[in-house]
Amino acid sequence: MTTTETEPDTESTGPGAPTTVQVHRVYIKATPERIWEAITSSEWTERYGYGGATEIDLRPGGHYRNLASPALKQFGAPDVVVDGEVLEADPPRKLVQTWRLLMDPAIAAEGFTRLTYEIEPQEGGFTRLTVSHDLTGAPKLALLTGGLAEGDGGGGGWPWILSALKSLLETGETMVVGDA
Amino acid sequence: MSDDDRVFKALADPTRRLLLDLLFARDGRTLTELESEVEMTRFGVMKHLRVLEDAELVVTRRSGREKLHFLNPVPIRLIHDRWIDKYTERQVTALTDLKRQLEEEA
Repeated sequence: MTTTETEPDTESTGPGAPTTVQVHRVYIKATPERIWEAITSSEWTERYGYGGATEIDLRPGGHYRNLASPALKQFGAPDVVVDGEVLEADPPRKLVQTWRLLMDPAIAAEGFTRLTYEIEPQEGGFTRLTVSHDLTGAPKLALLTGGLAEGDGGGGGWPWILSALKSLLETGETMVVGDA
Repeated sequence: MSDDDRVFKALADPTRRLLLDLLFARDGRTLTELESEVEMTRFGVMKHLRVLEDAELVVTRRSGREKLHFLNPVPIRLIHDRWIDKYTERQVTALTDLKRQLEEEA
């Protein structure tokens, strides 16, 4: 894997390697509408994962910002932790946006990545949420989002965020950074 | 069978754990690629991948004519948060209580 790969289609990036796409999926006992709200409104985004308020203009070209929670600020986070642009918004089914983490200069320098949320209703009151993160050209960010930087204080990435989201929607229990 | 049962069953087989390790090392692979690294028939690998897909540990995506397999670590995280945390909780809450107390005094 130290050689140069020439087939971009098959050279995706898994959590442990220079891959390009991470796919995370979870089934949540909640309606698609509630999951859409949980992803796009501050009322919910402050209560799971890395926390923080969300500003999002849900139309193509609209801005996206995730603001630092008080706990993240204590870790020295900037006011705006993630910025990006909405590419496609089809509530409550699909959200495509660009996504750039500003916590760390080296990661911010990797630039914008592409994030897709797919929300699909299932039988029995469950909804399937699939988060695909195209991390082409962002190997440092990929370690964080894959949860591999957890031991270094980077949090558990998407697996942890989605586990916390499921827990919040199903039980009302909050799991946020710095609020264990 | 519950979701947890499916995950534990999927993880209970060495070949399936190997397939997950292969995807961990490099994600988004085709059946042909995976098959080349496992000493097993194509049919055998397909059967194991099916069990991993049923447990949602592997998610497939189409890319042109190819079907790519991605490792989905979320079910393992759910088990971690559901089971492992339970047994380590006491030490962790002691530390977070201390942190909170110190911060309130500050």
